[in-house]
Amino acid sequence: MSYIAKPSAHHPALPKNALGLTRRDYEGTMSTLCAGCGHDSITAAIIEACFEMDLPAHRIAKVSGIGCSSKAPTYFLSRSHGFNSVHGRMPSITTGANLANRDLVYIGVSGDGDTASIGLGQFCHAVRRRLNMTYIVMNNGCYGLTKGQFSATNDKSSPSKKGEANPFEAIDLCQMAIQLGAGFVARSFSGDKAQLIPLIKAAISYKGFAFLDVISPCVTFNNHPTSTKSYDYVRAHNMASENQLDYVEHKEEITVDYAEGSSASIEMHDGSLLLLHKLDQQHDPRNADAALMTIRTNAAKGSVATGLLYISQDQQDMHDVLATVEQPLNAASMADLCPGSKALEAINARLR
Amino acid sequence: MSGINDFVVKFATVNGSGSASANTIFAKTLFRMGIPVAPKNIFPSNIQGLPTWYEVRVSEAGHLARRDGIDLMVAMNPQTFNEDLAEVVPGGWLLYDSTLARLWQREDISVLGIPIAEMCAAKWSDPRQRQLFKNMVYVGALTALLDIDPEVLKGTVTDQLKGKEKLVAANMEAVELGRAYAAAQFDCPLPIHVRQAERAKGKIMVTGNDAGGLGAIYGGATVCAWYPITPSTSLAEAFEKYARRMRVTKDGKRLYGIVQAEDELAAVGVAIGGGWSGARAFTATSGPGISLMSEFLGLAYFAEVPVVLYNVQRGGPSTGMPTRTQQSDIISCAYASHGDTKHVLLFPANPTECFSMGAQAFDLAERLQTPVIVMSDLDIGMNEWVTDPFVWDDAHAHDRGKVLDAEMLDKFKELKGRDWGRYQDIDGDGIPYRTLPGTHPTKGAFFTRGTSHDENARYTEDGRIHARIIDRIRRKFETAATLVPKPEATIRDKSGKTGLIYFGATTPAVIEALEQLEREGVKVNAMRIKAFPFAKEVAAFCDAHEHIFVVEQNRDAQMRSLLMTEADVPGTKLIAALNYDGMPLTAAFVRSAVLKELRPAQVAAE
Repeated sequence: MSYIAKPSAHHPALPKNALGLTRRDYEGTMSTLCAGCGHDSITAAIIEACFEMDLPAHRIAKVSGIGCSSKAPTYFLSRSHGFNSVHGRMPSITTGANLANRDLVYIGVSGDGDTASIGLGQFCHAVRRRLNMTYIVMNNGCYGLTKGQFSATNDKSSPSKKGEANPFEAIDLCQMAIQLGAGFVARSFSGDKAQLIPLIKAAISYKGFAFLDVISPCVTFNNHPTSTKSYDYVRAHNMASENQLDYVEHKEEITVDYAEGSSASIEMHDGSLLLLHKLDQQHDPRNADAALMTIRTNAAKGSVATGLLYISQDQQDMHDVLATVEQPLNAASMADLCPGSKALEAINARLR
Repeated sequence: MSGINDFVVKFATVNGSGSASANTIFAKTLFRMGIPVAPKNIFPSNIQGLPTWYEVRVSEAGHLARRDGIDLMVAMNPQTFNEDLAEVVPGGWLLYDSTLARLWQREDISVLGIPIAEMCAAKWSDPRQRQLFKNMVYVGALTALLDIDPEVLKGTVTDQLKGKEKLVAANMEAVELGRAYAAAQFDCPLPIHVRQAERAKGKIMVTGNDAGGLGAIYGGATVCAWYPITPSTSLAEAFEKYARRMRVTKDGKRLYGIVQAEDELAAVGVAIGGGWSGARAFTATSGPGISLMSEFLGLAYFAEVPVVLYNVQRGGPSTGMPTRTQQSDIISCAYASHGDTKHVLLFPANPTECFSMGAQAFDLAERLQTPVIVMSDLDIGMNEWVTDPFVWDDAHAHDRGKVLDAEMLDKFKELKGRDWGRYQDIDGDGIPYRTLPGTHPTKGAFFTRGTSHDENARYTEDGRIHARIIDRIRRKFETAATLVPKPEATIRDKSGKTGLIYFGATTPAVIEALEQLEREGVKVNAMRIKAFPFAKEVAAFCDAHEHIFVVEQNRDAQMRSLLMTEADVPGTKLIAALNYDGMPLTAAFVRSAVLKELRPAQVAAE
């Protein structure tokens, strides 16, 4: 609960990363979400990923919209600046922040209401702009903070807790992201830490728009036996084995060995490597059509394809498109930005 | 009344026929002859085919408000012949294309028929040229009728066609065609004509949107996000034009980022994100955009994020009159967003101030950590004004406000005697110290939010803390009132009881009207408001007068309301003088509004 301050003292023998920081240094305040909420597991995975990647927390910016999911950034990375904006508008805030300072890591947290309904337009356009960010949707199929209304990602076959049928088709954000040109698209499950952490790391390392749709059951309103976003349902229908991924930082040695032809490696912009395994003809995540096919054939069977669904090796971001300077715009000096009186005289002369 | 260097010409043409550039050439040529001119483009919300007008008031005395009563009508659009004819003053002239001769039902004016289409058809074979050069033929005729220096005109044409030099000769042929015809057929020049003057010397001719975009460059803006909307579009485009010229490094990289957003919500969101991260960021929009941006403006107000908006106002409500001017977003901008919000507004009166206040807006936004809205309008924004040249003081240090870097964060307690907290009022001016993302490994991070928060940016539902925070923001607005541009008073009679308050684009009309009233023995003291929140001089001016006219271009007397609620001026003292037909204000309107109160008998007699 928020009125219980989190103790700051920690065990002296906690492991430290290359920056000399412990996991605790990547935490935030105490969560105020319901006990067992999937969002808290995703929060833990973000903390773990940032810790293991040795990211300096103050070089990360956390951004969110409104809703249970969008509260989550308070619960991780208290040494990072955060911006809890207005409902559905996190992408525009992130666009501006990233324009101003391209050197920070941007982790956006949103929900299915925030992204698939009120913020659908901003989501689409952030993808189109190739905004360099990690965009995580904590997807529970319902509006938690307003007590359980259906969201636009709730499956048509999945009734509410009270048994009301959902009359509308679900929006599949991963399919949308692929169609709109997102460079990195993955789906995961808050209950599968082993899959989620490398995906978060890879998304952070990716230069361009990295989208992670994480199914995150709402224990209070959408975890009943007939829900397709419940812990039990997702565990039983998760096709996490479809492809498997290792995230290897450049300093590490590659030790895992898979049968030839079934793996591929992709070098990320920061020098780290993604090793993809269990590639087969059905699904190579470097192929957008195959990715869409995998999502759709699984959905038709009632199963959920998770893992890295699509990755484009052409890593380009908004700054490449806009041809902005290498250094952050917010670091430009006024002397460089203001042309001065002489240039103004020339402009006056042209207007005479 | 009209005469040499003092008359109004109006061009009635069809949108998309190429008349706009010919008309601009005409106005610019007179300006280059040293004569102040005030062109007003009265155009439809349409790309091709609908009627459009271009009025040019020529005034050596420097009266640059619109004036009713057309001395010379260039009637090129049969669709509007009747209304155009009616606008000509008795004794005036009407020039038209007499290829299809027409009987004009007015005995009291002179009709000048020139077979323009026929002349063009004989001269050019290409249909597009036949159409386009018609415009230059009537401009040519005007050089003879109004005694315009053809050499100056040629210079204007050459500048206008920069990059398309081979077109200059053809255009000048068209000019010559019209000129020769008029010189041969009519008694040239007409009694109304021009002569070289000095009054426009040193001035520039520019639109407020061009100037506003340039102001953002000089203000150090690097992030621009916008959504196309008339009449603000050309402001963002001007920023881009100047940025391409002056903000590109030797290796071709840009010291700016422009996002044409998916809508106005996103546009202001991008600007707020940029401001939060320490860039100078802005958006340009008009009334409907302000409505859409309101939720975000409340966030920037409450979370205290600097951002600059240019609102180039147009006719409302709703979609209203997108191509007409009004000052009708004053209340919606002053209080944009739900809850107790309030925003800093600047009121430029001409393009020169769109530049200077545009640049200043960024200093104020960062100093005050809040949105600052530059309240331009269509008249200033899209019409070319003859105005004072832009001035920049190279000694000006941009005010980045209270932003802490890593070193200052380390020393904060030592310097200020207490710990830093994002929303602590350390200095007693209501303005806290802010930090930017990425500044310090362990200090200065906080969570920006639109939910209620305490002095250390922590979420709170404690009503006492909430009240304390919004009270502190109110104090910040008291500080704002001391930092914004001061109003400008013109005192004609120290013991005078009548005052008049005005702002923005109505300035030329008000100045002209008050000068005329003074000649008629009516002395009115005036004050031009340049910003909101009001500087203390505004209330003092209202205190010093028994009744005060408030001249504005909206139906509901919005500035008057603001004076009542924010400067505690009794409404009984404030007389609304309101114009809201979408046309730039005339001096005649202001004069009659004043006289209706002060000399009702005289007005009735007139």
